[in-house]
Amino acid sequence: MRAVHRLTYSRSLHPGAWWLWALGLAAAASRTRNPVVLLLIVAVSGLVVAARRSDAPWARAYNAFLKLALLVIVIRVVLQAVLSESSQGVTVLFTLPEVPLPEALAGIKLGGEITAEAVLQAFYDGLQLATILVCVGAANALASARRLLRCVPGALYEVGVATVVALTFAPQLITDAGRVRAAHRLRGHTNRGWRMFTRTAMPVLEGALERSVELAAAMDSRGYGRTTDASRVSRRTTAALTFGGLLGVCVGVYGLLDAGAAALLGLPSLLLGLLLAGVGLALGGRRTRRTRYRPDPWALPEWLVAASGLTAAVGLFVTAAVDPASLVLAGPLVIPEVPWIAVLGVLAAAAPAVVAPPTPAYAPSPPLPTREPTEVAA
Amino acid sequence: MIELDQVSVTYAGADRPVLSDVSLTIPEGELCLVVGHTGSGKSTLLRALNGLVPHFSGGELRGRVTVDGRDTRTHRPRDLADVVGVVGQDPMSGFVTDLVEDELAYGMESLGLSHDVMRKRVEETLDLLGIAELRNRPLATLSGGQRQRVAIGSVLTTHPRVLVLDEPTSALDPQAAEEVLATLTRLVHDLGLTVVLAEHRLERVVQYADRVVYLPGNGEALVSGEPGDVMSTVPIVPPVVELGRLAGWSPLPLSVRDARRRAGELRSRLATVAHSGGVEAAADPRNAPRTDRLAAIRDLVVTYRGGTHALRGIDLDLRSGEVTALMGRNGAGKSTLLGTLVSLVAPTSGTVDVGGLTPSEVKPRELVREVGLVPQEPADLLYADTVAAECATADHDAGADPGTCLGLFAMLAPGVPDDQHPRDLSEGQRLTLALAIVLTARPRLVLLDEPTRGLDYGAKRRLVRALHQLRAEGHGLVLATHDVELVAEVADRVVVLGDGEVVADGPTSDVIVASPAFAPQVAKVLAPQPWLTVSEVAAALEPAS
Repeated sequence: MRAVHRLTYSRSLHPGAWWLWALGLAAAASRTRNPVVLLLIVAVSGLVVAARRSDAPWARAYNAFLKLALLVIVIRVVLQAVLSESSQGVTVLFTLPEVPLPEALAGIKLGGEITAEAVLQAFYDGLQLATILVCVGAANALASARRLLRCVPGALYEVGVATVVALTFAPQLITDAGRVRAAHRLRGHTNRGWRMFTRTAMPVLEGALERSVELAAAMDSRGYGRTTDASRVSRRTTAALTFGGLLGVCVGVYGLLDAGAAALLGLPSLLLGLLLAGVGLALGGRRTRRTRYRPDPWALPEWLVAASGLTAAVGLFVTAAVDPASLVLAGPLVIPEVPWIAVLGVLAAAAPAVVAPPTPAYAPSPPLPTREPTEVAA
Repeated sequence: MIELDQVSVTYAGADRPVLSDVSLTIPEGELCLVVGHTGSGKSTLLRALNGLVPHFSGGELRGRVTVDGRDTRTHRPRDLADVVGVVGQDPMSGFVTDLVEDELAYGMESLGLSHDVMRKRVEETLDLLGIAELRNRPLATLSGGQRQRVAIGSVLTTHPRVLVLDEPTSALDPQAAEEVLATLTRLVHDLGLTVVLAEHRLERVVQYADRVVYLPGNGEALVSGEPGDVMSTVPIVPPVVELGRLAGWSPLPLSVRDARRRAGELRSRLATVAHSGGVEAAADPRNAPRTDRLAAIRDLVVTYRGGTHALRGIDLDLRSGEVTALMGRNGAGKSTLLGTLVSLVAPTSGTVDVGGLTPSEVKPRELVREVGLVPQEPADLLYADTVAAECATADHDAGADPGTCLGLFAMLAPGVPDDQHPRDLSEGQRLTLALAIVLTARPRLVLLDEPTRGLDYGAKRRLVRALHQLRAEGHGLVLATHDVELVAEVADRVVVLGDGEVVADGPTSDVIVASPAFAPQVAKVLAPQPWLTVSEVAAALEPAS
């Protein structure tokens, strides 16, 4: 057996495997509002991330997504409990002063009685979205989006590069904004108000624009786009095929995931879409002579990781077919059932904590104190 | 290898050419240094070598540029990627991937090289540049010198015949600059690569050059030739050459070693002139009595998130009428220390007292009257669209009389039209504008973070004058800098930081003369005598001769 197939052979896993695994978990989360299953999915993703993330900077993405997920839940609960239709249940937790609203907004109330049903319902709804976010965060932490983009087919190369540039752009903007705001304190401004915003925006955007031009110049002088030569017609055909195919895939996935959609939408359009996109990518890939350095291998661990994520999705889909009642709650205050097939499927997705190969250490030197101040007194 | 034939470049909207009628031949295997003032067209010349000018920048190029037989008229930058490798001023903004190894391979992937060739070349390049231990590192975690070397490596993998670098060492501390320059000389000597580089810090590079090209700007003809010949005529020279001119050495020394071998006679002449404590020392305003304390730092500790200690127990007093230089390698805590004085960084423990105020507890508006910081990127302070508007805002913010800031700016940098956009100012003018804005609030303590980055010799000389003037007015000044020549010119006192602690603190001549890394060139040539600058030597020789 070659070393790449060994589960204990330390290397970084193909990013596609991690993203398939995470998407499997996210698909599972999208089919249920049962808090038992959702919390289990969060726990499983946390376990795998803790066991297999590297020490690269992007591995911290998981924490950021966790915080974002909590924020989603909080917003959902506050909005739904405080600002919603009149009757939401009978178990009153406490009463807020109610703000009278004009006739036009009949059916919406602001304040008033806050019921346990409303709060729990909002919590469960928020939890579903939060879980999906956490799954995406796990994928980001385990395999950076840039590494995934390295694997896109040659035909999508330009799109991939544009995405990479955009991915760098956003965090850099935040760093710059921090620096410029700090600089404004040096002029004796307090960081408040619209004027402050425009004063920050100008230098930040100018800086970002300069950097983008700089990057474009660097890419041009390093041969970017040199090997792509194609006629206009072939370029358009490829684009149309690929775009149509991806549209088909989107419709198909929507049909599969949304229980209410027509059956026709599901599998057939997914397959048709995949076929179209495949043809488009193959055609497009032929016209570029770009080569790839050290493509990540796809070996046994990749299969296992991807399969374990898909098992979770399959577990949920099977439960949805066999015992749909267990995936939706009878009422907010009911103690949730434990759908065993789904739970076993999700538990299987914890396997990468063991079967994925251990991550090699980057062994970076201790991080330099960053130039931007991290702790600023108000 | 490189042939420029009557090249003129005019950018769109400009009324006169940046380069006019430039003819230049650079043979294979030379290290060619391009020098000139800011705005003299150095970057344009470099970018014309791989066709970025005019293919990418726009504008009009007359004449002909050929590199390795390929005419940039018919070859776009991407078609020259296997002949010319270009490394920009800020390597980080040119990186496309996020791992060192992928970055090295990027150019080869674009050229469509086969997998075997790519593997081999990446390994070779890692070894050639001594960055093998960095291969799996994310680019964001590299230090400045490492980034620069990775950037060089990333263009070398396509096996170019020419390497073009724009100010490769200007942002680096002396040690990192040494690493990069050692790498470059090795490439020239071992691989026969042709290297063209522009640099303001002549004292670092001129000794390695085989040819110096001086661009005078203003449409005058360029000077190209042997470094010794060119250095004897051009106005921009490193201190060691200036010393050689003063002492009348011929040929001119370009390195400390050359100069030291000829300096025996000069040293014995200088030994007879009293230096410290003599006539000259009393006249030196540096020995003026120190006055009141402006800031006191006691047992200051700053710990960043993640547990890195940026500063560990710093004690420091800053006085008026004193110029203090903060030195130390990148990441030693210089900028953090300055940050605590202006409340950009909150102390984890210990106290900071600036004119009786605790920076982290007062409003920025009050603090700027006591202490002002000119940040590393002066452009961060600027947001208005004309110099005049910028100055008017500064007057308003500081509650100063209208015209105060503009007056300061005109005094520090005369002759800049006040309707100019701050982005169009030169690096030195922008720094001066930021300094004027900071001074408008009349702070007694003025801090400058890395003020000479990207400044040419002329701008540096004006900065030195401004700093002397501020000190004479009783301001306390602190400079965080790598520039030993600047420190030798202006600093009364040097504080060396290492890993967040004060390693040395004392009068400039005591601290930097003995240090191999921080000694200015004149001190290295004339050691053990404590001379720091050419002007000191000139002043001492005057009555003697």
